[in-house]
Formats: sequence, structure tokens, C-alpha cells
Amino acid sequence: MAAAGAAATDLEVVRGKRAALFFAAVAIVLGLPLWWKTTETYRASLPYSQISGLNALQLRLMVPVTVVFTRESVPLDDQEKLPFTVVHEREIPLKYKMKIKCRFQKAYRRALDYEEEALSSGSAQEAMLDEPQEQAEGSLTVYVISEHSSLLPQDMMSYIGPKRTAVVRGIMHREAFNIIGRRIIQVAQAMSLTEDVLAAALADHLPEDKWSAEKRRPLKSSLGYEITFSLLNPDPKSHDVHWDIEGAVRRYVQPFLNALSAAGNFSVDSQILYYAMLGVNPRFDSASSSYYLDMHNLPHVINPVESRLGSSAASLYPVLNFLLYVPELAHSPLYIQDKDGAPVATNAFHSPRWGGIMVYNVDSKAYNASALPVRVEVDMVRVMEVFLAQLRLLFGIAQPQVPPKCLLSGPKSEGLTTWELDRLLWARSVENLATATTTLTSLAQLLGKISNIVIKDNVASEVYRAVAAIQKSAEELASGHLASAFVASQEAVTSSECAFFDPSLLHLLYFPDDQKFAIYIPLFLPMAVPILLSLVKIFLETRKSWKKPEKTD
Amino acid sequence: MGASAAGKAEVAAGMAAAMPLALFVLLLLGPGGWCLAEPQRDSLREELVITPLPSGDVAATFQFRTRWDSELQREGVSHYRLFPKALGQLISKYSLRELHLSFTQGFWRTRYWGPPFLQAPSGAELWVWFQDTVTNVDKSWKELSNVLSGIFCASLNFIDSTNTVTPTASFKPLGLANDTDHYFLRYAVLPREVVCTENLTPWKKLLPCSSKAGLSVLLKADRLFHTSYHSQAVHIRPVCRNARCTSISWELRQTLSVVFDAFITGQGKKDWSLFRMFSRTLTEPCPLASESRVYVDITNYNQDNETLEVNPPPTTTYQDVILGTRKTYAIYDLLDTATINNSRNLNIQLKWKRPAENGYIHYQPAQDRLQPHLLEMLIQLPANSVTKVSIQFERALLKWTEYTPDPNHGFYVSPSVLSALVPSMVAAKPVDWEESPLFNSLFPVSDGSNYFVRLYTEPLLVNLPTPDFSMPYNVICLTCTVVAVCYGSFYNLLTRTFHIEEPRTGGLAKRLANLIRRIRGVPLL
Repeated sequence: MAAAGAAATDLEVVRGKRAALFFAAVAIVLGLPLWWKTTETYRASLPYSQISGLNALQLRLMVPVTVVFTRESVPLDDQEKLPFTVVHEREIPLKYKMKIKCRFQKAYRRALDYEEEALSSGSAQEAMLDEPQEQAEGSLTVYVISEHSSLLPQDMMSYIGPKRTAVVRGIMHREAFNIIGRRIIQVAQAMSLTEDVLAAALADHLPEDKWSAEKRRPLKSSLGYEITFSLLNPDPKSHDVHWDIEGAVRRYVQPFLNALSAAGNFSVDSQILYYAMLGVNPRFDSASSSYYLDMHNLPHVINPVESRLGSSAASLYPVLNFLLYVPELAHSPLYIQDKDGAPVATNAFHSPRWGGIMVYNVDSKAYNASALPVRVEVDMVRVMEVFLAQLRLLFGIAQPQVPPKCLLSGPKSEGLTTWELDRLLWARSVENLATATTTLTSLAQLLGKISNIVIKDNVASEVYRAVAAIQKSAEELASGHLASAFVASQEAVTSSECAFFDPSLLHLLYFPDDQKFAIYIPLFLPMAVPILLSLVKIFLETRKSWKKPEKTD
Repeated sequence: MGASAAGKAEVAAGMAAAMPLALFVLLLLGPGGWCLAEPQRDSLREELVITPLPSGDVAATFQFRTRWDSELQREGVSHYRLFPKALGQLISKYSLRELHLSFTQGFWRTRYWGPPFLQAPSGAELWVWFQDTVTNVDKSWKELSNVLSGIFCASLNFIDSTNTVTPTASFKPLGLANDTDHYFLRYAVLPREVVCTENLTPWKKLLPCSSKAGLSVLLKADRLFHTSYHSQAVHIRPVCRNARCTSISWELRQTLSVVFDAFITGQGKKDWSLFRMFSRTLTEPCPLASESRVYVDITNYNQDNETLEVNPPPTTTYQDVILGTRKTYAIYDLLDTATINNSRNLNIQLKWKRPAENGYIHYQPAQDRLQPHLLEMLIQLPANSVTKVSIQFERALLKWTEYTPDPNHGFYVSPSVLSALVPSMVAAKPVDWEESPLFNSLFPVSDGSNYFVRLYTEPLLVNLPTPDFSMPYNVICLTCTVVAVCYGSFYNLLTRTFHIEEPRTGGLAKRLANLIRRIRGVPLL
């Protein structure tokens, strides 16, 4: 009976062991994955490798240049070789992780009859005015004319027109193509891409010591811009100021913005602010009985005014402010002094990426004539000259580096030549690509570092879209399609920022580990301890039963 | 933001490019002409109404009205003069027809103060009529409330579908309206919104004269929020431009009503002056305003034996039936040079001629965690009367570390004290201090006709709301314990082996029992 009991007990012990093992197996096979699955944060997959690949992206900016040779521009045997294509490639040295290469693809051909006709008559300006064919954005046409042509003044070697064309004087020489080719490259660079244009575009991404604050002057690239003209009248008791801003905007600003419309959307507003003071007390100069604002005080002028300007309520675009300040009676006339103490001719200054301020003094004769308040009519031509010049600067449309002996045509009536716009688009495309790449890289870094962040599908799709747009834009740049490259780069920026600033990234960010333990321990500890104990017991017993046979041996 | 020397030099350089351009354009379009004699298309009126309320408080109501003869929605480029740009952009971007926004702290007590000029609920209220060209009203409404919350530094961004309604009967358009399809109306109230200086500052910035001249000089935040009621609002609506209503103008009304507790600020007197209320006086009119007036309600001028005196004496008065009663107002016109010129400032004062009752009230409000409330009243009680003094209080949640270890017991409020000189039944003769028994000589008695009594009331035990400090962890622990207990017993049941223990010869209990049996002489087990 005892044997039967022992056998039954052994059976029971084996069954108990099996049960314990089964518990452990269920806990590990079913419990752990279930817990893992139910508490994990959803993270959609992202193209990490592609994003890290973007850092080593090689930008190849292709500028298609059509070079047209007229009849007597080069020696005859050279003319026989036409048409053919020459590629001139040059790496632009910038301390930036992206390699940027500039590639001028020169397609040489002979002039057509009507081109000969146009170029043989009159001066260069006239020849350029009626240009028949529309050229694609970013492309250039250079006409090579005969060495002794009267198209250009005798001492000038080349001429840059208001659209996408230029004229270069030819030469009768054995090495004619080489010499002319160098001249063409000089002209084409001035009209499209130079080192400093790209450096200014990438100013935010370059180490500060190399590129001065001056390069950071232009506004950052954006889908649109808001331009606000504000008239500040701190002393309405003495001055009743009127300005015809509607007419001025219609006449001077709107044509300029229309020409610039490819670079973004623009909206124009104006307002009059009363009792808006500058933050600085001007210095009185008794010799000239006028007041002066020192140059080092100018940064303090803006801040108190800015609180009154009002942020733009209706859109998220960056705002450019242009302030016309009519100084109060007690402080007029007011002049801005430069470093050397001489008054600035325009009586205006600008602040990088913010806007410009112009001080408009009331004619002192007006005070004698009538009682206060004096009616003041603002001379809008004078004001708009300054504001438009500042507007060009703030958009980064700087004067090009013109090669020696080159004649530059005046701007068109809008105040912007077509190739200036192209240059802006080149720079903006590169800037957009750099911004989008930086945004994506830091987003990928952030997500990799913090594993608590939820990545939703819409964030992931924005990231994919941004990556695709960057690649598309780079391809379009390499094949010389500037317009579509710019559009794609804008899309890349929009999508990447959309992903980066998505609010869903922040949802579960704050959930520290100690709180997790406080919640899990009351459940996990009582459940895990018996399982572990019985596992240990089983392990010990099996080891003992293995050792026993050894001992009997 | 740094303006550099290089910047200026380049302005001069840039001129070379801009100069010929501007001249060239002028040649083309020069004869377009300047519109010199064009009349201003916008105007500003401001007024302040001061009303002494029946309870002794004083209500001050500011209204600033900007009217703009412009079709905001039709013009692409917008040029603003008096009308604030921020709001104008809203009207055109979101195609608003009407916008009414109010921020209110406190509650207008109609029973004590009478009917208000401008009504507003506590907290923030926003209701908007959109133009019927708006296709997605809910989206515009959401965006608009977000933008407004940015402009006014308020939590209007918490407006969403859960607190937005579309009333069908109550909120008709206040301005011009051809049809009223309620689909384009949205209404929301945030009762929790706390109104403070950060809401007032942007509101003041919308005023053309800011707070530099005119009536807006009085808008000093620390006084305006030291009041029993504060309500500021913005109303935008289209109105008729002329009598025949051929075209519309936009009207922006900025209103602000405050009720000053004259009893606290005036040491128990009902007199007031601009300086005492606002700690400012009026110095100059706003040069942009076409009308700038102060109205003082002097309806009670000769009634109820109470006479009041307004200083300086008003030049004109205005009578009308307002809210069902006939009212008289004294008018001070700031644009009238005589009003201000005398002493370079205008401080309107009002004095009640009848002497106030012989009483004294001293009230020192509490500061959180620094000092308690103190209310002292010197009152003369009629004989055989019951006088009740009641104080309203609000139950507040303390910081969780400030609760006592036994928070549900409640918190004690110290007893109130009643000190009185009670007339004596029998005239006592003056006693010598050193000679009289000690029990009679603590309180000095001036004469024998009355004696001094000080009574204390019971301390008050107030139950403050007490949070359950450990609830979340309790729930977790309880659930986990239940799960663990079930699991544990189940686990034991399944893994342990059970077998019947054979009774062994031995055991301490058996030996003890046998020992006793042996002593007793009973057979052993």
C-alpha cells in the first residue's frame, strides 16, 4: 500500500512540475507578448536610410546655356564645327555637408536668319527688346557677335540684357572657342549662380565665423510673405499726416511683386499707428538745431514699436515691416547718423529679416504757416524709392558681380530683371533643399533617440513625401528644369515641417519609467515570484537527480 | 534685429538701382494724381458713462466706436487708419458678418446694481455670424477662435464642437442683415476663462489713441481689475453708411464696464472721483476722436433727501429714458477746450451732501498664505433688535501639502469678537483701582453708567473639499491584489502535490496526552 501511495505521490509530483512548467510557458509565450503588444507605442516605419542618405546628397545645378554665333564672330573653320555641346562643371567650395556642383551646359549653334537680322541693327538694348522666343526658367541665351560690331560700345566686351539673354563680343583667333568660352562662363555666372549667392542662401546652415551677418540679411525662404507698410505718427496733436499708400502700392510695389510672384505669394497691407514712439531719445545737436539718432542706438528703436505693429492674424507667412516714422514736433527734424557722424542720405535703415524704417521729417516751413495740427502730405515717391530698395535687399536680390568691361542693362519697369528672378529661384531652391534635409535629419535623430514618441501614419507619409520631393527637386535641378525644381523644393519644406511639428508626436512623451514600475509591480511581483520559485525548485531537483546516478557509479 | 552700419551703407548703394526705376514709373503713371481732398473714411467716437449704483458702488462704462466706410471683403490690398489691422484682416479672411466677443470677470448683480447697459456672461463669450459665402463654417469657426485666442491672449482655442451651439432664436444679427440663416451662426461660452491684464493689454492696443490720450488714459490695469465686476468686449458689425442705406460701413465697438466697490476704496463713503477710482485724471482729448464725452448719472440730484454735488459743474445735461427709467446725465465734452483748459486736467468728483451714518467699517482683505481677512464694524444697534452679519465665502482647494494629517475633520475659522459698552442698570460709583477686587479691575471703565463686555462666538469648523490623495494607487493596488490572490491560489492548487499524511508514532501532542493519561492511570493512546 505504501508503494502504491508512493507511486501515486510521484505521479502527483510530476503533474505538479508539468503544471508549473506550463504556467511558465504560458506566461512567457502568451503573457509577455500580450503585455508588450498592448503597451507598445505605435511607430510607423520611416525611411531612415534614405534620410541619412540625403546628407550626402550631391546637388548638381545645371544651367543650360544656348550660345549663338553670328556670321563673323569666329573664324570660318571654327564655324564649320558647329553645332556641338560643351559642359563646364565646377564644384562650389562651401563648408557644407552637401556637395554642390555647378554645371554650365553650353550648346553652341549658328545664328538663324532672323537673329542675324535683329543683331545687325541698332544697339544691344534695342536688339534685346523684341526677343521672339520664350525661354524656360533658368536657361540662358548668349549671342556672340562679330569683333567689330557696333552693337556694343567700343570699350565693352559684353552686355547683360534685362531678360535671359546676353551678348558677348567674338574674336578672330586660333583659340577662339576657348577665349569666348571663358567670357561666356563669366557672363553666365553673373546671371545665374555665383558662390556668394549660394553662400547667402545657405547662411543658416554654414558655420557662423565664415559668413558674416550680412549674408543672413535676406528673409528665409517661405511659401509666401506679408508686407506691411506702417505710418507711425507719435504726435497727432501737431501733425495731421496723410499718405497715399493705396496709389503708391498700386504704382510701385504691386508691379515689383507681380514680377516676383514665382517666388511666393505676397500680400500687402498698410496701417497708421498713432502715439507709437521710438524707444530711444534722440540726441540734440545745437549747431544744426536738429536731433540725431546714433547708429548704435538703432537696434533699440524697433522693439517698443514692434509691440504695436500687431502680428499678422490671418496667415503664418513671415512679415516684412516697413515703417515710415514722422518724428514728433519736439524731436524734429530727426536724422540718422552713420558711424562717422554724417547724416545718412536716405534717412533710413533696415534690419535683417525684419524690414526697414525711414524717418520722414516735416518741412519746417509748414509750422509757420498754420496752427497745429499741421497737415502733412507724404511724398510717396521719395518713400517708395527707399522702401523698394530695401525690399530688394531683404529678398536677397543683390547687385551681381559683373565681369570687367560688361554693360549691365537697367531693370525693367517692374524693378526686376528676369535673370535676377532666376537667380533668386536657384538660391531659394538650394536653401529649401538644405532646410528640408536638416528638418528631416533632426526629426529622424529625435525619433531614434526617444523611443516613447508615437509615429502616426500621417507623419510617416509626410516624411516619405518630403524625401521624394527632395529627390525629385535634386533631379530636376540636375536636368536644368528650374521651375519644377523650385516647386518640388517648396513641397519638400512644407511636408518636412508638417511632419516635424505634428502635435501627435508629443502625446506620450512624458511617461517616466518610475511611474511604469509603480503600476506594474503590484501585479507582476506576486505573479512572477511563484513561477520563478517553482522553476528554481524544478531546476534544483533535476540537477540532484542527475547527480545521483553519478554517485552510484 | 540688429541694424548694422553695413545695412545703411547698402541702402545708399541700393538707391542707385531704385532711383531710375521710381522716376521711370512716375513718368508712366504720374498723372494718376494724389487724392488730396479726400475726406477721411473712418471716424472715432469715445464716451464714458459713470453711474452711481443704488448699492453705493460706482459703475463706469467705456465705449469706443470706430466706423469705417469700406467694403472690407472686396478689396485685395487693405489699408488701415483707425480701424485695427488685426481685426480687419480677420473680417476679410474669415468672411465675417458680425463678431461679438466679451471677457467678463464677476457677475452683474442686477438686484443691487440695477440693469446694465451691456450684458455679458461670466468668462468668455464669442458669437459670430459668417457671410453666406462661407462653405465650411465649422472650420472657419475653429480657425477664427484660434486666431482670436492669439490676439487677445485668451484660452479661446478651447472652443470646439463640444461647447459650440447654433442658436436659432436668441442671437439675431445686431447689424445689417438681409437674411438670417442660422447655419452661419456659431456661439460658445467658456465660463472658466479668467480675465486679467494680459487680456486688457491687447484690447487697449486696438484703440487708435492706445492709452496715451483721451478717455483711454484712465484704463490702468491695476485699478480696473481691483473691482467687483469687469467686462470688456469687442463688437464688430456692418451698419448703414447713410440714411438710405445704399452701402455699408463697418463698426467696431470696444466696450469696457467696471463696477468699483466704493465702500472699500472710499473708506465707507459713497463719494468718488476719477482720480480715486482710476488713479488718473483726464488731461487731453484724443486728437483722432470726433467726439469724446464723459456722462455722469445725476438722476438722484434732489431726491430722497440726498443731494449730490458734481465738481466741476457740468456745462450741459442730457435727459432721456434709459432702460425704462428717466435719467439725467451731466455731460463733459473733452473736445470743448473750456473743459480741460482751466487746470490742465479734469478730475470729476461727486460728493453726497447728507452726512453718512455714524459708523465705521474697516476691512482688510486676506492675502493667500500671508494674512487673514479682518472685518471690523462699529455699529450702533437699536434696542430689541436682531442684527445679522453674514459673510459669504468660497470653498477653495488647498495645495495638497497644506492639508492637515486629518483633512476631513475640517478647518477652523477663529471666533468673531463682539466688544460692547452696555448701559448699566445701576449707576456704579467710581472705584479706586488699587483698592477694588482684582476681578473687577481688568477693563477700565470711564464712567459708571455703562460697563464693558467682550463676547466671543464659537469657532467655526468649515469643511473644505478634500481630494482623495491615494485613489489612483489604491485602485491599482486593489486590482492587482485581487488578481494576485486568485492567481496565487489557483497556481498553488495546480502545482502543489497533496497526499495524506500517515499518523506517525510520536509527535509532541501525543506524548503530552500519554503523559497525562499515565498520571491519570488511563490506557495510553
